[in-house]
Amino acid sequence: MKILVTVKRVPDPDQKIKLTADGRQLDLSGLPCVVNPFDAIAVEEALRIRERSSEAGEIVVLSIGAAECEEQLRTALAMGADRGIRVDTPAAADPWNVAAIVQAVVAREQPGLVLMGKQAVDDDSNQVGQFLAARLNWPQATFASKIEFVDGHAEVNRETDSGIERVRIALPAVITTDLRLNEPRYVSLPGIVRARKKPLEVLSLEALGVALQPRVKLLGVTIPTSSRAGTRLRDVDDLVQRLKELKVI
Amino acid sequence: MRILVVAEHDQGALKGVTLSAVGFARALKDAEPEILLMGHQVGSLAEQLRRYGPVWVADHEALRLAAADRYAEIIRRVAAERQASMVVAAASTFSKDILPRAAALLDGTMGTDVVGVQEENGQLLFLRPVNAGSVVATVALMGEPKVLTLRASAFKSPEPGEPQEVHPIAVDPTSLPNLIEVVRRDSKTSSRPDVTEARVVVSGGRGVKNAEDFERIIGGLADVLHGGVGCSRALVDAGVTSNDLQVGQTGKIAAPDVYFAVGISGAVQHLAGMKDSKVVVVINKDPDAPAFEVADYGLVADLYQAVPELIQKLQPSP
Ligand SMILES: Cc1cc2nc3c(=O)[nH]c(=O)nc-3n(C[C@H](O)[C@H](O)[C@H](O)COP(=O)(O)OP(=O)(O)OC[C@H]3O[C@@H](n4cnc5c(N)ncnc54)[C@H](O)[C@@H]3O)c2cc1C
Ligand SMILES: Nc1ncnc2c1ncn2[C@@H]1O[C@H](COP(=O)(O)O)[C@@H](O)[C@H]1O
Repeated sequence: MKILVTVKRVPDPDQKIKLTADGRQLDLSGLPCVVNPFDAIAVEEALRIRERSSEAGEIVVLSIGAAECEEQLRTALAMGADRGIRVDTPAAADPWNVAAIVQAVVAREQPGLVLMGKQAVDDDSNQVGQFLAARLNWPQATFASKIEFVDGHAEVNRETDSGIERVRIALPAVITTDLRLNEPRYVSLPGIVRARKKPLEVLSLEALGVALQPRVKLLGVTIPTSSRAGTRLRDVDDLVQRLKELKVI
Repeated sequence: MRILVVAEHDQGALKGVTLSAVGFARALKDAEPEILLMGHQVGSLAEQLRRYGPVWVADHEALRLAAADRYAEIIRRVAAERQASMVVAAASTFSKDILPRAAALLDGTMGTDVVGVQEENGQLLFLRPVNAGSVVATVALMGEPKVLTLRASAFKSPEPGEPQEVHPIAVDPTSLPNLIEVVRRDSKTSSRPDVTEARVVVSGGRGVKNAEDFERIIGGLADVLHGGVGCSRALVDAGVTSNDLQVGQTGKIAAPDVYFAVGISGAVQHLAGMKDSKVVVVINKDPDAPAFEVADYGLVADLYQAVPELIQKLQPSP
Protein backbone atom coordinates (compact mmCIF):
# COMPACT_ATOMS: atom_id res chain seq x y z
CA MET A 1 0.00 0.00 0.00
CA LYS A 2 1.25 3.41 -0.93
CA ILE A 3 1.15 5.88 1.97
CA LEU A 4 1.19 9.65 1.63
CA VAL A 5 2.41 11.51 4.72
CA THR A 6 2.21 15.28 5.14
CA VAL A 7 5.09 17.05 6.82
CA LYS A 8 4.87 20.66 7.94
CA ARG A 9 7.87 22.81 8.80
CA VAL A 10 7.20 24.55 12.13
CA PRO A 11 9.28 26.62 14.54
CA ASP A 12 10.84 24.45 17.23
CA PRO A 13 8.12 24.36 19.92
CA ASP A 14 10.73 24.51 22.68
CA GLN A 15 11.94 27.94 21.56
CA LYS A 16 10.46 31.18 22.84
CA ILE A 17 8.53 33.13 20.25
CA LYS A 18 8.99 36.89 19.89
CA LEU A 19 7.26 39.59 17.90
CA THR A 20 8.92 41.79 15.32
CA ALA A 21 10.01 45.26 16.48
CA ASP A 22 6.77 46.83 15.23
CA GLY A 23 4.84 44.20 17.20
CA ARG A 24 2.72 43.25 14.20
CA GLN A 25 4.08 39.85 13.31
CA LEU A 26 5.88 36.89 14.76
CA ASP A 27 9.62 37.21 14.44
CA LEU A 28 10.54 33.83 13.04
CA SER A 29 13.98 34.87 11.79
CA GLY A 30 16.70 32.77 13.32
CA LEU A 31 14.23 30.37 14.96
CA PRO A 32 15.26 26.76 14.40
CA CYS A 33 12.56 24.78 12.64
CA VAL A 34 11.55 21.15 12.95
CA VAL A 35 9.15 18.63 11.50
CA ASN A 36 5.79 19.23 13.19
CA PRO A 37 5.96 16.65 16.03
CA PHE A 38 2.66 15.04 15.04
CA ASP A 39 3.92 14.66 11.47
CA ALA A 40 7.10 12.98 12.68
CA ILE A 41 4.79 10.50 14.39
CA ALA A 42 2.90 10.06 11.11
CA VAL A 43 6.14 9.33 9.21
CA GLU A 44 7.18 6.85 11.90
CA GLU A 45 3.81 5.11 11.70
CA ALA A 46 4.05 4.79 7.92
CA LEU A 47 7.46 3.15 8.31
CA ARG A 48 6.14 0.76 10.95
CA ILE A 49 3.11 -0.15 8.85
CA ARG A 50 5.43 -1.08 6.02
CA GLU A 51 7.86 -2.92 8.28
CA ARG A 52 5.17 -5.18 9.70
CA SER A 53 3.34 -5.88 6.46
CA SER A 54 4.43 -8.41 3.89
CA GLU A 55 3.70 -6.24 0.87
CA ALA A 56 6.07 -3.55 -0.22
CA GLY A 57 4.70 -0.06 -0.44
CA GLU A 58 6.02 3.33 -1.22
CA ILE A 59 6.08 6.09 1.40
CA VAL A 60 5.76 9.55 -0.11
CA VAL A 61 6.20 12.65 2.03
CA LEU A 62 4.64 15.97 1.11
CA SER A 63 5.35 19.46 2.37
CA ILE A 64 3.69 22.66 1.25
CA GLY A 65 5.57 25.94 1.35
CA ALA A 66 8.81 27.64 0.37
CA ALA A 67 12.16 26.00 -0.40
CA GLU A 68 13.22 25.71 3.25
CA CYS A 69 10.53 23.03 3.78
CA GLU A 70 12.86 20.69 1.91
CA GLU A 71 14.93 20.50 5.10
CA GLN A 72 11.99 18.79 6.83
CA LEU A 73 11.34 16.57 3.81
CA ARG A 74 14.99 15.45 3.97
CA THR A 75 14.51 14.62 7.64
CA ALA A 76 11.51 12.45 6.75
CA LEU A 77 13.50 10.81 3.95
CA ALA A 78 16.35 10.19 6.39
CA MET A 79 13.90 8.44 8.70
CA GLY A 80 13.14 6.09 5.83
CA ALA A 81 10.51 7.60 3.52
CA ASP A 82 11.17 6.96 -0.17
CA ARG A 83 10.30 10.10 -2.05
CA GLY A 84 9.51 13.73 -1.33
CA ILE A 85 7.20 16.26 -2.91
CA ARG A 86 7.23 19.94 -2.15
CA VAL A 87 4.41 22.08 -3.44
CA ASP A 88 5.74 25.57 -3.81
CA THR A 89 3.55 28.31 -2.38
CA PRO A 90 4.45 31.98 -2.26
CA ALA A 91 3.12 32.44 1.27
CA ALA A 92 1.99 30.14 4.04
CA ALA A 93 -1.25 28.45 3.00
CA ASP A 94 -4.14 28.25 5.48
CA PRO A 95 -5.62 24.85 6.37
CA TRP A 96 -8.33 25.18 3.72
CA ASN A 97 -5.80 25.64 0.96
CA VAL A 98 -3.44 23.03 2.36
CA ALA A 99 -6.33 20.57 2.13
CA ALA A 100 -7.02 21.62 -1.47
CA ILE A 101 -3.37 21.09 -2.38
CA VAL A 102 -3.13 17.72 -0.62
CA GLN A 103 -6.28 16.67 -2.45
CA ALA A 104 -4.64 17.48 -5.79
CA VAL A 105 -1.56 15.48 -4.80
CA VAL A 106 -3.79 12.57 -3.75
CA ALA A 107 -5.35 12.64 -7.22
CA ARG A 108 -1.87 12.32 -8.78
CA GLU A 109 -0.42 9.80 -6.38
CA GLN A 110 -3.46 7.65 -5.58
CA PRO A 111 -2.29 6.53 -2.12
CA GLY A 112 -4.17 3.90 -0.16
CA LEU A 113 -3.75 5.90 3.03
CA VAL A 114 -3.00 9.50 3.94
CA LEU A 115 -1.35 9.92 7.33
CA MET A 116 -1.08 13.35 8.85
CA GLY A 117 -0.61 15.04 12.19
CA LYS A 118 -3.74 15.91 14.13
CA GLN A 119 -2.52 19.48 14.39
CA ALA A 120 0.30 21.74 13.37
CA VAL A 121 1.87 23.04 16.57
CA ASP A 122 2.27 26.53 15.12
CA ASP A 123 -1.28 27.30 13.95
CA ASP A 124 -2.90 24.70 16.26
CA SER A 125 -5.81 24.44 13.81
CA ASN A 126 -6.57 20.75 13.83
CA GLN A 127 -8.47 21.02 10.55
CA VAL A 128 -6.55 19.80 7.50
CA GLY A 129 -7.11 16.05 7.89
CA GLN A 130 -10.86 16.44 8.38
CA PHE A 131 -11.14 18.93 5.51
CA LEU A 132 -9.27 16.54 3.26
CA ALA A 133 -11.37 13.52 4.20
CA ALA A 134 -14.57 15.47 3.52
CA ARG A 135 -13.32 16.75 0.16
CA LEU A 136 -12.36 13.24 -0.93
CA ASN A 137 -15.47 11.70 0.60
CA TRP A 138 -13.14 9.30 2.41
CA PRO A 139 -13.49 7.99 5.94
CA GLN A 140 -11.45 9.72 8.62
CA ALA A 141 -10.01 8.57 11.91
CA THR A 142 -8.61 11.48 13.88
CA PHE A 143 -6.37 11.46 16.99
CA ALA A 144 -5.11 7.93 16.39
CA SER A 145 -3.21 6.15 19.16
CA LYS A 146 -3.18 2.72 17.48
CA ILE A 147 -3.63 1.62 13.88
CA GLU A 148 -4.23 -1.98 12.85
CA PHE A 149 -5.24 -3.55 9.56
CA VAL A 150 -7.96 -6.19 9.70
CA ASP A 151 -9.57 -7.76 6.60
CA GLY A 152 -8.55 -4.89 4.35
CA HIS A 153 -9.92 -2.31 6.76
CA ALA A 154 -8.14 -0.07 9.20
CA GLU A 155 -9.10 -0.33 12.86
CA VAL A 156 -8.03 2.72 14.74
CA ASN A 157 -8.02 3.61 18.42
CA ARG A 158 -8.87 7.28 18.81
CA GLU A 159 -8.03 9.37 21.86
CA THR A 160 -11.15 11.22 22.92
CA ASP A 161 -12.04 13.37 25.92
CA SER A 162 -13.82 10.45 27.50
CA GLY A 163 -11.29 7.74 26.72
CA ILE A 164 -10.44 5.47 23.81
CA GLU A 165 -12.84 4.95 20.93
CA ARG A 166 -12.20 2.29 18.31
CA VAL A 167 -13.39 2.83 14.74
CA ARG A 168 -13.30 0.64 11.68
CA ILE A 169 -12.87 2.28 8.31
CA ALA A 170 -12.42 1.11 4.74
CA LEU A 171 -9.40 2.24 2.72
CA PRO A 172 -8.46 4.63 1.26
CA ALA A 173 -8.77 6.84 4.30
CA VAL A 174 -7.29 9.79 6.15
CA ILE A 175 -5.84 9.11 9.60
CA THR A 176 -4.46 11.83 11.88
CA THR A 177 -1.98 11.02 14.63
CA ASP A 178 -1.96 11.68 18.35
CA LEU A 179 1.15 11.73 20.53
CA ARG A 180 0.74 8.25 21.94
CA LEU A 181 0.75 6.46 18.58
CA ASN A 182 4.50 5.91 18.64
CA GLU A 183 7.84 7.48 19.36
CA PRO A 184 9.60 8.60 16.18
CA ARG A 185 13.02 7.08 15.52
CA TYR A 186 16.14 9.20 15.43
CA VAL A 187 17.65 9.80 12.03
CA SER A 188 20.88 7.91 11.60
CA LEU A 189 23.96 9.18 9.80
CA PRO A 190 23.65 6.57 7.01
CA GLY A 191 19.98 7.58 6.81
CA ILE A 192 20.96 11.19 6.22
CA VAL A 193 23.44 10.20 3.54
CA ARG A 194 20.87 8.00 1.80
CA ALA A 195 18.26 10.76 2.01
CA ARG A 196 20.43 13.08 -0.08
CA LYS A 197 20.04 10.76 -3.03
CA LYS A 198 16.32 10.19 -2.71
CA PRO A 199 14.05 11.92 -5.24
CA LEU A 200 12.48 15.22 -4.21
CA GLU A 201 10.12 16.75 -6.70
CA VAL A 202 8.96 20.37 -6.62
CA LEU A 203 5.50 21.06 -8.00
CA SER A 204 3.93 24.42 -8.73
CA LEU A 205 0.35 25.25 -7.92
CA GLU A 206 -0.26 25.66 -11.65
CA ALA A 207 1.02 22.17 -12.36
CA LEU A 208 -1.43 20.87 -9.77
CA GLY A 209 -4.24 23.06 -11.03
CA VAL A 210 -4.88 24.64 -7.64
CA ALA A 211 -5.52 28.34 -7.14
CA LEU A 212 -5.15 29.63 -3.61
CA GLN A 213 -8.24 31.22 -2.12
CA PRO A 214 -7.43 32.44 1.36
CA ARG A 215 -10.16 31.66 3.87
CA VAL A 216 -8.34 32.87 6.94
CA LYS A 217 -6.59 36.22 7.10
CA LEU A 218 -4.15 36.84 9.92
CA LEU A 219 -4.59 40.44 11.06
CA GLY A 220 -2.51 40.66 14.20
CA VAL A 221 -0.70 38.84 16.97
CA THR A 222 -0.13 39.52 20.64
CA ILE A 223 1.90 37.72 23.26
CA PRO A 224 -0.12 37.34 26.44
CA THR A 225 1.79 37.96 29.62
CA SER A 226 1.13 36.42 32.98
CA SER A 227 0.07 38.88 35.64
CA ARG A 228 0.13 36.45 38.52
CA ALA A 229 1.80 37.54 41.73
CA GLY A 230 3.83 34.41 42.30
CA THR A 231 3.66 34.71 46.08
CA ARG A 232 5.96 32.16 47.69
CA LEU A 233 4.37 30.37 50.60
CA ARG A 234 6.27 29.45 53.75
CA ASP A 235 4.78 26.06 54.41
CA VAL A 236 1.67 23.92 54.18
CA ASP A 237 -0.08 25.89 56.95
CA ASP A 238 0.42 29.04 54.92
CA LEU A 239 -1.20 27.29 51.93
CA VAL A 240 -4.13 26.10 54.07
CA GLN A 241 -4.63 29.71 55.19
CA ARG A 242 -4.71 30.97 51.57
CA LEU A 243 -7.14 28.28 50.54
CA LYS A 244 -9.41 29.40 53.37
CA GLU A 245 -9.19 33.00 52.15
CA LEU A 246 -10.11 31.78 48.67
CA LYS A 247 -13.07 29.95 50.21
CA VAL A 248 -11.95 26.72 48.56
CA ILE A 249 -12.47 25.12 51.94
CA MET B 1 -27.66 36.34 12.09
CA ARG B 2 -28.56 32.73 12.58
CA ILE B 3 -26.10 30.70 14.61
CA LEU B 4 -26.34 26.96 14.89
CA VAL B 5 -24.92 25.67 18.17
CA VAL B 6 -24.04 21.97 18.04
CA ALA B 7 -24.77 20.32 21.39
CA GLU B 8 -22.45 17.74 22.90
CA HIS B 9 -23.46 15.01 25.30
CA ASP B 10 -21.98 11.84 26.67
CA GLN B 11 -23.70 8.81 28.19
CA GLY B 12 -27.03 10.55 28.47
CA ALA B 13 -25.73 13.73 30.07
CA LEU B 14 -25.41 17.12 28.46
CA LYS B 15 -21.88 18.50 28.42
CA GLY B 16 -21.94 21.75 30.37
CA VAL B 17 -19.62 23.36 27.83
CA THR B 18 -22.48 23.34 25.31
CA LEU B 19 -24.08 26.15 27.28
CA SER B 20 -20.92 28.26 27.05
CA ALA B 21 -21.22 27.94 23.28
CA VAL B 22 -24.81 29.18 23.52
CA GLY B 23 -23.47 32.03 25.67
CA PHE B 24 -21.01 32.95 22.94
CA ALA B 25 -23.77 32.98 20.33
CA ARG B 26 -26.17 35.04 22.45
CA ALA B 27 -23.58 37.76 23.05
CA LEU B 28 -23.21 38.52 19.32
CA LYS B 29 -25.18 41.37 17.79
CA ASP B 30 -28.50 40.41 16.16
CA ALA B 31 -27.82 36.81 17.02
CA GLU B 32 -30.50 34.16 16.66
CA PRO B 33 -28.99 31.07 18.27
CA GLU B 34 -30.57 27.72 17.49
CA ILE B 35 -29.38 24.45 18.93
CA LEU B 36 -28.73 21.22 17.03
CA LEU B 37 -28.91 18.02 19.03
CA MET B 38 -27.91 14.69 17.48
CA GLY B 39 -28.06 11.26 19.07
CA HIS B 40 -30.43 8.48 20.02
CA GLN B 41 -33.13 8.77 22.67
CA VAL B 42 -32.12 12.30 23.51
CA GLY B 43 -35.58 13.62 24.36
CA SER B 44 -34.66 14.60 27.90
CA LEU B 45 -31.64 16.52 26.64
CA ALA B 46 -33.87 18.42 24.23
CA GLU B 47 -36.09 19.34 27.18
CA GLN B 48 -33.05 20.79 28.96
CA LEU B 49 -31.74 22.60 25.91
CA ARG B 50 -35.02 24.26 24.89
CA ARG B 51 -34.59 26.59 27.84
CA TYR B 52 -31.68 28.11 25.92
CA GLY B 53 -33.13 28.38 22.41
CA PRO B 54 -35.11 26.53 19.75
CA VAL B 55 -33.79 23.01 19.34
CA TRP B 56 -33.47 20.89 16.20
CA VAL B 57 -33.28 17.24 17.10
CA ALA B 58 -31.94 14.44 14.92
CA ASP B 59 -32.79 11.39 16.98
CA HIS B 60 -32.12 8.00 15.44
CA GLU B 61 -30.48 4.69 16.24
CA ALA B 62 -28.04 5.41 13.37
CA LEU B 63 -26.81 8.43 15.34
CA ARG B 64 -26.35 6.68 18.67
CA LEU B 65 -22.58 7.09 18.51
CA ALA B 66 -20.97 10.16 17.02
CA ALA B 67 -19.41 9.10 13.71
CA ALA B 68 -17.85 12.10 11.97
CA ASP B 69 -19.23 11.32 8.51
CA ARG B 70 -22.86 11.10 9.63
CA TYR B 71 -22.81 13.90 12.13
CA ALA B 72 -21.07 16.24 9.68
CA GLU B 73 -23.70 15.41 7.07
CA ILE B 74 -26.56 16.19 9.47
CA ILE B 75 -24.88 19.47 10.40
CA ARG B 76 -24.49 20.29 6.71
CA ARG B 77 -28.17 19.68 6.03
CA VAL B 78 -29.47 21.64 8.99
CA ALA B 79 -27.04 24.53 8.53
CA ALA B 80 -27.99 24.78 4.86
CA GLU B 81 -31.70 24.56 5.50
CA ARG B 82 -31.59 27.10 8.34
CA GLN B 83 -29.21 29.29 6.32
CA ALA B 84 -26.95 29.57 9.31
CA SER B 85 -24.17 32.13 9.01
CA MET B 86 -22.29 30.44 11.82
CA VAL B 87 -21.99 26.91 13.13
CA VAL B 88 -20.34 26.68 16.54
CA ALA B 89 -19.58 24.19 19.30
CA ALA B 90 -17.47 24.08 22.42
CA ALA B 91 -13.94 22.91 21.60
CA SER B 92 -13.50 19.21 22.43
CA THR B 93 -12.39 16.05 20.70
CA PHE B 94 -16.02 15.63 19.60
CA SER B 95 -16.25 19.02 17.88
CA LYS B 96 -12.68 18.98 16.57
CA ASP B 97 -13.37 15.70 14.80
CA ILE B 98 -16.72 16.65 13.32
CA LEU B 99 -16.93 20.41 12.74
CA PRO B 100 -14.02 20.68 10.30
CA ARG B 101 -15.60 17.92 8.24
CA ALA B 102 -18.90 19.80 8.27
CA ALA B 103 -17.12 23.06 7.39
CA ALA B 104 -15.64 21.42 4.31
CA LEU B 105 -19.01 19.99 3.24
CA LEU B 106 -20.54 23.45 3.65
CA ASP B 107 -17.71 25.10 1.73
CA GLY B 108 -17.31 27.43 4.69
CA THR B 109 -14.42 28.77 6.68
CA MET B 110 -13.19 27.76 10.10
CA GLY B 111 -11.59 28.97 13.31
CA THR B 112 -10.42 26.58 16.04
CA ASP B 113 -10.36 27.31 19.79
CA VAL B 114 -11.81 30.80 19.53
CA VAL B 115 -11.47 32.75 22.79
CA GLY B 116 -12.89 36.11 21.77
CA VAL B 117 -14.63 38.09 19.08
CA GLN B 118 -14.45 41.77 18.08
CA GLU B 119 -16.39 43.80 15.58
CA GLU B 120 -14.50 46.10 13.26
CA ASN B 121 -16.20 48.00 10.43
CA GLY B 122 -19.07 45.57 10.50
CA GLN B 123 -16.72 42.60 10.18
CA LEU B 124 -16.26 40.03 12.91
CA LEU B 125 -12.70 39.32 13.96
CA PHE B 126 -11.84 36.28 16.01
CA LEU B 127 -9.15 35.80 18.63
CA ARG B 128 -7.53 32.41 18.93
CA PRO B 129 -4.46 31.08 20.73
CA VAL B 130 -1.71 29.65 18.52
CA ASN B 131 1.76 28.24 19.18
CA ALA B 132 0.56 26.44 22.32
CA GLY B 133 -1.09 29.59 23.59
CA SER B 134 2.10 31.61 23.68
CA VAL B 135 0.59 33.84 20.99
CA VAL B 136 -2.96 35.08 20.46
CA ALA B 137 -3.84 35.68 16.81
CA THR B 138 -6.57 37.96 15.47
CA VAL B 139 -8.06 36.50 12.31
CA ALA B 140 -10.73 37.35 9.80
CA LEU B 141 -12.59 34.39 8.37
CA MET B 142 -13.55 34.78 4.74
CA GLY B 143 -16.67 33.04 3.50
CA GLU B 144 -19.79 31.55 5.05
CA PRO B 145 -20.78 29.80 7.11
CA LYS B 146 -18.15 30.54 9.69
CA VAL B 147 -17.56 27.35 11.63
CA LEU B 148 -16.02 27.77 15.06
CA THR B 149 -14.92 25.68 17.97
CA LEU B 150 -14.97 27.77 21.14
CA ARG B 151 -12.91 27.61 24.29
CA ALA B 152 -15.69 27.12 26.79
CA SER B 153 -13.70 28.82 29.56
CA ALA B 154 -13.81 32.11 27.64
CA PHE B 155 -17.61 32.37 27.48
CA LYS B 156 -20.32 32.44 30.14
CA SER B 157 -23.31 30.12 30.10
CA PRO B 158 -26.59 32.03 29.94
CA GLU B 159 -29.43 31.71 32.43
CA PRO B 160 -32.20 29.35 31.31
CA GLY B 161 -35.34 31.06 29.99
CA GLU B 162 -38.82 30.17 28.73
CA PRO B 163 -38.87 26.83 26.88
CA GLN B 164 -38.59 27.27 23.11
CA GLU B 165 -39.80 25.07 20.32
CA VAL B 166 -38.34 21.61 19.68
CA HIS B 167 -38.24 20.59 15.98
CA PRO B 168 -37.66 16.93 15.17
CA ILE B 169 -35.60 16.26 12.03
CA ALA B 170 -36.55 13.25 9.94
CA VAL B 171 -33.54 10.94 9.67
CA ASP B 172 -33.38 8.39 6.88
CA PRO B 173 -30.32 6.26 7.63
CA THR B 174 -30.06 5.10 4.03
CA SER B 175 -29.43 8.69 2.98
CA LEU B 176 -26.53 9.06 5.41
CA PRO B 177 -22.90 8.19 4.69
CA ASN B 178 -21.66 4.97 6.21
CA LEU B 179 -17.90 5.31 6.07
CA ILE B 180 -17.03 5.04 9.75
CA GLU B 181 -18.11 2.29 12.08
CA VAL B 182 -17.64 2.95 15.78
CA VAL B 183 -16.67 -0.45 17.13
CA ARG B 184 -16.25 0.39 20.78
CA ARG B 185 -16.19 3.33 23.14
CA ASP B 186 -14.74 3.43 26.59
CA SER B 187 -17.46 4.34 29.00
CA LYS B 188 -15.40 5.60 31.82
CA THR B 189 -17.15 6.05 35.09
CA SER B 190 -15.32 8.38 37.36
CA SER B 191 -16.71 9.71 40.57
CA ARG B 192 -14.70 12.87 40.00
CA PRO B 193 -15.72 15.79 37.81
CA ASP B 194 -13.98 16.25 34.45
CA VAL B 195 -11.14 18.81 34.41
CA THR B 196 -13.08 20.92 31.93
CA GLU B 197 -15.98 21.29 34.36
CA ALA B 198 -14.53 21.06 37.86
CA ARG B 199 -14.27 24.10 40.15
CA VAL B 200 -11.02 22.80 41.58
CA VAL B 201 -8.49 20.78 39.57
CA VAL B 202 -5.49 19.00 41.03
CA SER B 203 -2.94 18.00 38.39
CA GLY B 204 0.12 15.84 38.84
CA GLY B 205 3.26 15.63 36.74
CA ARG B 206 6.40 13.57 36.45
CA GLY B 207 7.18 14.32 40.09
CA VAL B 208 4.55 11.67 40.90
CA LYS B 209 6.21 8.29 40.55
CA ASN B 210 3.47 5.78 39.91
CA ALA B 211 -0.26 5.17 39.61
CA GLU B 212 -0.79 4.33 43.28
CA ASP B 213 0.92 7.53 44.36
CA PHE B 214 -1.11 9.47 41.82
CA GLU B 215 -4.36 8.11 43.19
CA ARG B 216 -3.36 8.57 46.83
CA ILE B 217 -1.73 12.00 46.55
CA ILE B 218 -3.28 13.78 43.56
CA GLY B 219 -6.62 11.96 43.80
CA GLY B 220 -6.60 12.33 47.58
CA LEU B 221 -6.18 16.10 47.43
CA ALA B 222 -8.82 16.37 44.71
CA ASP B 223 -11.26 14.42 46.86
CA VAL B 224 -10.93 16.57 49.97
CA LEU B 225 -11.54 19.60 47.73
CA HIS B 226 -14.34 17.88 45.74
CA GLY B 227 -12.32 18.56 42.62
CA GLY B 228 -11.21 16.81 39.46
CA VAL B 229 -7.81 15.35 38.63
CA GLY B 230 -5.58 16.19 35.70
CA CYS B 231 -2.02 15.45 34.64
CA SER B 232 0.82 16.46 32.39
CA ARG B 233 1.75 14.61 29.25
CA ALA B 234 4.75 13.12 31.01
CA LEU B 235 2.48 10.95 33.17
CA VAL B 236 0.44 9.79 30.19
CA ASP B 237 3.63 8.81 28.37
CA ALA B 238 4.88 7.00 31.46
CA GLY B 239 1.64 5.01 31.54
CA VAL B 240 0.78 6.35 34.99
CA THR B 241 -2.43 8.10 33.91
CA SER B 242 -4.82 7.83 31.00
CA ASN B 243 -4.85 10.30 28.15
CA ASP B 244 -8.23 11.77 28.99
CA LEU B 245 -6.75 13.40 32.10
CA GLN B 246 -4.12 15.30 30.13
CA VAL B 247 -4.23 19.08 30.38
CA GLY B 248 -2.52 21.21 27.75
CA GLN B 249 -2.06 22.22 24.13
CA THR B 250 -2.98 18.78 22.93
CA GLY B 251 -5.11 17.78 25.87
CA LYS B 252 -7.96 19.41 27.73
CA ILE B 253 -8.37 23.01 28.73
CA ALA B 254 -8.94 23.52 32.44
CA ALA B 255 -10.10 26.88 33.76
CA PRO B 256 -11.24 26.18 37.31
CA ASP B 257 -11.38 28.56 40.26
CA VAL B 258 -8.24 26.93 41.62
CA TYR B 259 -5.69 24.85 39.69
CA PHE B 260 -3.00 22.90 41.53
CA ALA B 261 0.09 22.01 39.49
CA VAL B 262 1.92 19.41 41.56
CA GLY B 263 5.31 18.11 40.41
CA ILE B 264 4.82 19.77 37.01
CA SER B 265 7.69 21.80 35.57
CA GLY B 266 5.55 24.20 33.54
CA ALA B 267 6.30 23.50 29.85
CA VAL B 268 4.41 25.85 27.49
CA GLN B 269 2.41 22.91 26.19
CA HIS B 270 1.09 22.28 29.69
CA LEU B 271 0.55 25.94 30.54
CA ALA B 272 -1.60 26.22 27.41
CA GLY B 273 -4.24 24.15 29.16
CA MET B 274 -4.30 25.86 32.56
CA LYS B 275 -3.59 29.54 31.91
CA ASP B 276 -7.19 30.62 32.24
CA SER B 277 -7.58 29.25 35.76
CA LYS B 278 -8.57 31.94 38.26
CA VAL B 279 -5.96 30.97 40.86
CA VAL B 280 -2.93 28.79 40.23
CA VAL B 281 -1.11 26.99 43.06
CA VAL B 282 2.22 25.38 42.24
CA ILE B 283 3.93 22.76 44.40
CA ASN B 284 7.38 21.80 43.17
CA LYS B 285 10.65 20.92 44.88
CA ASP B 286 12.69 22.87 42.34
CA PRO B 287 12.55 26.59 43.24
CA ASP B 288 13.47 27.46 39.65
CA ALA B 289 10.70 25.47 37.98
CA PRO B 290 9.11 27.67 35.27
CA ALA B 291 5.66 26.84 36.65
CA PHE B 292 6.31 29.25 39.53
CA GLU B 293 6.34 32.11 37.01
CA VAL B 294 2.66 31.57 36.29
CA ALA B 295 1.63 30.84 39.88
CA ASP B 296 -0.42 32.97 42.22
CA TYR B 297 0.88 30.88 45.11
CA GLY B 298 4.01 28.77 45.01
CA LEU B 299 5.21 26.28 47.56
CA VAL B 300 8.72 24.92 47.19
CA ALA B 301 8.40 21.47 48.71
CA ASP B 302 8.61 17.76 48.10
CA LEU B 303 5.13 16.79 47.03
CA TYR B 304 5.45 13.46 48.84
CA GLN B 305 5.60 15.38 52.11
CA ALA B 306 3.62 18.54 51.43
CA VAL B 307 0.53 17.05 49.79
CA PRO B 308 -0.23 14.31 52.35
CA GLU B 309 0.20 16.96 55.06
CA LEU B 310 -2.15 19.26 53.17
CA ILE B 311 -4.74 16.50 52.75
CA GLN B 312 -4.57 15.75 56.45
CA LYS B 313 -5.00 19.42 57.39
CA LEU B 314 -7.93 19.86 54.99
CA GLN B 315 -9.68 16.73 56.23
CA PRO B 316 -12.96 17.80 57.81
CA SER B 317 -12.61 17.30 61.56
CA PRO B 318 -14.77 14.40 62.73
C1 LIG C 1 3.71 18.33 20.31
C2 LIG C 1 3.73 18.29 21.81
C3 LIG C 1 2.54 18.45 22.50
C4 LIG C 1 2.53 18.40 23.89
N1 LIG C 1 1.35 18.57 24.54
C5 LIG C 1 1.35 18.55 25.88
C6 LIG C 1 0.14 18.75 26.61
O1 LIG C 1 -0.95 18.93 26.05
N2 LIG C 1 0.19 18.73 27.97
C7 LIG C 1 1.38 18.54 28.66
O2 LIG C 1 1.34 18.55 29.88
N3 LIG C 1 2.51 18.34 27.99
C8 LIG C 1 2.53 18.33 26.63
N4 LIG C 1 3.70 18.10 25.97
C9 LIG C 1 4.91 17.73 26.78
C10 LIG C 1 5.59 18.93 27.40
O3 LIG C 1 6.45 19.51 26.47
C11 LIG C 1 6.41 18.49 28.64
O4 LIG C 1 7.32 17.50 28.27
C12 LIG C 1 5.54 17.95 29.79
O5 LIG C 1 4.49 18.85 30.06
C13 LIG C 1 6.42 17.77 31.02
O6 LIG C 1 5.65 17.18 32.05
P1 LIG C 1 6.07 17.37 33.57
O7 LIG C 1 6.09 18.82 33.91
O8 LIG C 1 5.18 16.50 34.37
O9 LIG C 1 7.51 16.72 33.63
P2 LIG C 1 8.95 17.39 33.87
O10 LIG C 1 9.18 18.49 32.92
O11 LIG C 1 9.88 16.26 33.93
O12 LIG C 1 8.81 18.04 35.30
C14 LIG C 1 8.68 17.34 36.49
C15 LIG C 1 8.69 18.35 37.62
O13 LIG C 1 8.43 17.68 38.84
C16 LIG C 1 9.26 18.22 39.85
N5 LIG C 1 9.42 17.19 40.88
C17 LIG C 1 10.03 16.00 40.77
N6 LIG C 1 9.92 15.31 41.92
C18 LIG C 1 9.23 16.08 42.77
C19 LIG C 1 8.79 15.93 44.13
N7 LIG C 1 9.06 14.81 44.82
N8 LIG C 1 8.11 16.93 44.69
C20 LIG C 1 7.85 18.08 44.00
N9 LIG C 1 8.23 18.27 42.73
C21 LIG C 1 8.90 17.29 42.12
C22 LIG C 1 10.54 18.58 39.15
O14 LIG C 1 11.22 19.60 39.85
C23 LIG C 1 10.03 19.06 37.78
O15 LIG C 1 9.82 20.45 37.78
C24 LIG C 1 3.73 18.17 24.59
C25 LIG C 1 4.93 18.01 23.89
C26 LIG C 1 4.93 18.07 22.51
C27 LIG C 1 6.23 17.90 21.79
N1 LIG D 1 2.15 23.52 4.93
C1 LIG D 1 1.92 22.23 5.18
N2 LIG D 1 2.64 21.27 4.56
C2 LIG D 1 2.43 19.97 4.80
N3 LIG D 1 1.50 19.52 5.65
C3 LIG D 1 0.74 20.41 6.31
C4 LIG D 1 0.91 21.81 6.12
N4 LIG D 1 0.01 22.45 6.91
C5 LIG D 1 -0.67 21.48 7.58
N5 LIG D 1 -0.24 20.27 7.21
C6 LIG D 1 -0.69 18.95 7.71
O1 LIG D 1 -1.96 19.08 8.33
C7 LIG D 1 -1.91 18.66 9.69
C8 LIG D 1 -2.90 19.45 10.50
O2 LIG D 1 -2.59 20.83 10.43
P1 LIG D 1 -3.56 21.97 10.98
O3 LIG D 1 -4.93 21.61 10.57
O4 LIG D 1 -3.05 23.22 10.29
O5 LIG D 1 -3.37 22.03 12.46
C9 LIG D 1 -0.45 18.82 10.08
O6 LIG D 1 -0.09 17.94 11.12
C10 LIG D 1 0.25 18.46 8.77
O7 LIG D 1 0.36 17.06 8.62
